[in-house]
Amino acid sequence: MDISNKQYDKMVKKASPPSPVIRNCILAFLIGGAICTLGQILNMSFEALGLEKIDASTCTSMSIIFLGAFLTGINIYDDIALYGGAGTLVPISGFANSITAPAMEYKREGYVLGVGVNMFKIAGPVIVYGVVSSVVYGLIYYIFLR
Amino acid sequence: MRNSTIYFDKTYINSFYTSVGKLEGEGPLGKYFDTINDDGYFGEDSWEKAESRMVKNTVSGVMTKNESTPDDIDMVFGGDLLNQCVGSSFGLKEYGIPFFGLYGACSTFVEAVGLSSAMLSSGFSDKNIAVASSHFCSSEKQYRFPLEYGGVRTPTAQWTVTGCGAVVMSKEKSPLKVSGMTVGSMLEKGVCDANNMGAAMAPAAADTIYRHFNSGKESIDDYDYIVTGDLADVGSELLIELLKKDGMDITKKHIDCGSMIFDNSLQGTNAGGSGCGCIASVFCAYFAPKFMNKEIRKALFVGTGALMSPTTALLGETIVGIAHGVTIENEV
Repeated sequence: MDISNKQYDKMVKKASPPSPVIRNCILAFLIGGAICTLGQILNMSFEALGLEKIDASTCTSMSIIFLGAFLTGINIYDDIALYGGAGTLVPISGFANSITAPAMEYKREGYVLGVGVNMFKIAGPVIVYGVVSSVVYGLIYYIFLR
Repeated sequence: MRNSTIYFDKTYINSFYTSVGKLEGEGPLGKYFDTINDDGYFGEDSWEKAESRMVKNTVSGVMTKNESTPDDIDMVFGGDLLNQCVGSSFGLKEYGIPFFGLYGACSTFVEAVGLSSAMLSSGFSDKNIAVASSHFCSSEKQYRFPLEYGGVRTPTAQWTVTGCGAVVMSKEKSPLKVSGMTVGSMLEKGVCDANNMGAAMAPAAADTIYRHFNSGKESIDDYDYIVTGDLADVGSELLIELLKKDGMDITKKHIDCGSMIFDNSLQGTNAGGSGCGCIASVFCAYFAPKFMNKEIRKALFVGTGALMSPTTALLGETIVGIAHGVTIENEV
């Protein structure tokens, strides 16, 4: 077979159907938007119930995290994510899903070496680099803006 | 030139049996499978055990069909996609049959049939079993993400078949004669995308098919079908194009098990099926009976595998393709 990697790469690109980017963007906007709207409704409801603004926000985050984890637990979140894509990945419910899913998968391998070790397999990098960037931001703030 | 096509002396497939999962059962080939298991766990409590149970049940099924007991079987050749081949070894441990654990990724079934034929042909054994399996959930867990993780698949991604196919082979005459094997070479053409396995494997399949028909003895016209394992829609297109460049047109004869097993648009399986269980179950359920009733006279079965691991993918290594081919013909 006399064909270079470069030539083959061209053939592969031609044969592979592209991801439907516009459809994906619209669905992500609609489903991600729906999750955020639900968050806003919850936030306003908590405030209407008499919670302080900061407490209402905390309760909203907690509720969305709970919903994300709960829907993962009853095998529904991944079905929504199939259409939602980034719309279900970016909100905090996606973060809950990324922790609940491995916890469920590895439960059979024990609570320490199964659930404990693997729970942050997907969310771990977000936490690591989230903490690192907040340290960097904190230093910049401390040195230049304080 | 290296001799990579071997011919066997009087080796036959006598019985065949399949077990598949629910999605495969709902697919276009649903009515052909011997058993369809709606429970993905196969009555077990983990995906790995589920796969082993599926292997155990399938081998038990093929022995029953063959009216054999484990004591009648000299050797079993088997493999799967799990680390250390545990799907097969744990599934077969209770039978106590001498065991060759094979890893050829999704080419394992054809590799097993070929090696079993070599043992029979050389007289080292009288009756063997060849078996291969894959399970969607155990594969997802090992190679990709946890099952409930919400992610979008690319259009080129393939769906690992939950399925197992097993055959009993001996020198006793049957309409399924394994007449030869073209041993696959490892081939890579720079594909790194684990979501485009068909593209990674197509060059190896093209190489094996090309060598098979250039070994001098046969031409494509002698064959009813050239069946590939799991190139699926993208890989099949590439295979045909690659062979055309080499002056070989297999368009009319080619069919791919990965493109047959699911209805991609209805079942959401993107480019099609993959996994060791794909060609194993489609061969045992769909093609083998067609040899029995003489609908097919001669076909080349090419098992296609992508040799990689999650670690090699992270290290940026390219995916190596391999494809083994066996010729099966009805002489009766």
